[in-house]
Amino acid sequence: MLLLGGIGRAGRLSASVHRRRATRMPANPEPAGPSATLPPRAKLAVTAGKVAAAVSRTAGRGSGSVIGGKVALRLDPDLLRSLAENLDVVLVSATNGKTTTTRLIAEALKAAGPVVSNALGANMPAGITSALADGSDARFGVIEVDEKYLVGVAKDTAPKAIALLNLSRDQLDRSSETRMLAERWREGLQGTEAVIIANADDPLVTWAASSCRKVVWVAAGQAYREDAWSCPSCGGVMQRPGEDWFCPSCGFRRPQPHWALQGDHVVDPQGSGWLIQLQLPGRANLSNATSSAAVAAVFGVHPQIALQRMQAVQAVAGRYESVQFGGREVRLLLAKNPAGWLETFTLIDQPPAPVVLSVNALSADGTDTSWLWDVDYERLVGHPVFVMGQRKLDLAVRLEVAGVHFQVVDSLAQAVAAAPPGRIEAIANYTAFQQLRRDVRG
Amino acid sequence: MSESALRLVWVYPDLLSTYGDRGNVLVVERRARQRGLDVARIDVRSDQPIPTSGDIYLLGGGEDRPQRLAGERLRADPGLGRAVENGAIVLGVCAGYQIMGHEFIDDMGQRTQGLGLLDVWSTRGEGARSVGDILAEPDPRLGLPTLTGFENHQGVTHLGQGVSPLARVSVGGGNGTGDGTEGAWRDTVFGTYLHGPILARNPSVADLLIKLALDVSALPPADNTWYDALRAERIAAVQQPAQ
Ligand SMILES: [Zn+2]
Repeated sequence: MLLLGGIGRAGRLSASVHRRRATRMPANPEPAGPSATLPPRAKLAVTAGKVAAAVSRTAGRGSGSVIGGKVALRLDPDLLRSLAENLDVVLVSATNGKTTTTRLIAEALKAAGPVVSNALGANMPAGITSALADGSDARFGVIEVDEKYLVGVAKDTAPKAIALLNLSRDQLDRSSETRMLAERWREGLQGTEAVIIANADDPLVTWAASSCRKVVWVAAGQAYREDAWSCPSCGGVMQRPGEDWFCPSCGFRRPQPHWALQGDHVVDPQGSGWLIQLQLPGRANLSNATSSAAVAAVFGVHPQIALQRMQAVQAVAGRYESVQFGGREVRLLLAKNPAGWLETFTLIDQPPAPVVLSVNALSADGTDTSWLWDVDYERLVGHPVFVMGQRKLDLAVRLEVAGVHFQVVDSLAQAVAAAPPGRIEAIANYTAFQQLRRDVRG
Repeated sequence: MSESALRLVWVYPDLLSTYGDRGNVLVVERRARQRGLDVARIDVRSDQPIPTSGDIYLLGGGEDRPQRLAGERLRADPGLGRAVENGAIVLGVCAGYQIMGHEFIDDMGQRTQGLGLLDVWSTRGEGARSVGDILAEPDPRLGLPTLTGFENHQGVTHLGQGVSPLARVSVGGGNGTGDGTEGAWRDTVFGTYLHGPILARNPSVADLLIKLALDVSALPPADNTWYDALRAERIAAVQQPAQ
């Protein structure tokens, strides 16, 4: 049907499609969707964890050589190297959860000695250098690292341990492609002396870690799977029965985990379970705590002690913080990418809890809002939803298509005034979250 | 799924769904249902055969390596070609657009054969990657308003005699050939660099695909309040970049 001067042939719309073909398509053999719920975790087979013993502290830590006062933020690799020299360094990288996990690990390691950390999420070399300069008498340096800088920071700081939590799509208009990041990790970390603590449930993380010599595998779970259908090794289509995954084409498969998150317990390499009690909500934080316990064990901190210490962690840089605003309780939740939104939806109060969504598209957020369509906003059906932020109209179209009832507002105050009773869950992406934090402080 | 449902085929969500183009599937589905149509959505993973009897086929953008894999698997599967011969409607975005042409450059820098469903071929641009909001005036024969979207590609797509440009760029890069064209189309096959996703930013394009599939010239009206507000905002923002 060639289109010239008009669309199609004249005809009236009927509620059925005119069949042009007689054959009927076979039923879709298998849905490709991500959200099938998994059967309960089978009993974990654990291999003895021999890795922790391999790591010992370096002696000769000095405290006098650290440059006092303000460190110029101009990037100086030698400075970072000399600052790190006297520390047992732990690096933490991931698409999501690295700030919180850095905080959890820092708390756990305080059981073994003083800790310096870039707790506020300044995760590029200059910010890391500045944070380390403040910790002259620390034994441990627990450092969150931006995914793109991990390899370089690992070369400069000679870490004892590196925690790799997850990788998924994030700000594709300005970031590397996700698999490219995994490949950069894989190539750059190959010769490292560090113990790698890696999420065995994330195929891209597994791919990145599997060329390293000392790896502690953690079954920390993976909620968002849309970047993990293609085998990072050969491109085959990944099979994911239950919690397992493997590539039928090349045999790349999920390694046997040493540690596992099982319900709300950490199962250690001896097979003992330890209850996780956090003030932080959500499955993602149970996962972060599991990886943190595995890191702490590398330095001889028992999981029970580590988890007890993690319990003290409340809001991290304002994330998960409940505040009073306009006479109402508002909980501030940060979600920066599809995986982060998915995890956030699982922890918010049940409908009809009111939900505020705020999305910006400044360069720190990514200027492309297409990712909104990779988020299952359909999950908000039943909640009264208020949308705000610079890109509230993108959200409005997204929610309209998702069949979610929503109201477009100009400010948090307006949303709070219009919200029905209940704690208000306010979910925002990066700069929108910073704005919310300023809003609630008045 | 009734025999009379609109059959909407989403080609390779495991490979070609990285830049939010899943939204195109959601928008077509929503707008068809709003018009009282039954919709059978068929998600076809890249280890499954492409059905030949779909009404509308959507291909999204993907990263360079998945694009190569998608091209390889689609070339080995006659399904999409047969569907087009049967008159099916196809919209390919970015990587999905390039794959429909004669050839494209893969992740290893190699010229790779495409499906030849559109008379276009893609090369790798010499300059900076085209990233940002885009505005374009569509081919008048399509009866569409201004197109708004977001582009993010290194590729340059050259058009042969067998296709027409989908639109003329007023802001942005488009096909990147320097002649101001964006996208390509022929009969019922459309290719474009526009994400956003394109059908969320331009619901009239979604309606066009549905009309072609139904072989009708008009659809009952749908509530476009929020689409229109978004379009107006984006068009204004692009014409008056941030100070
Ligand atoms: Zn493989």
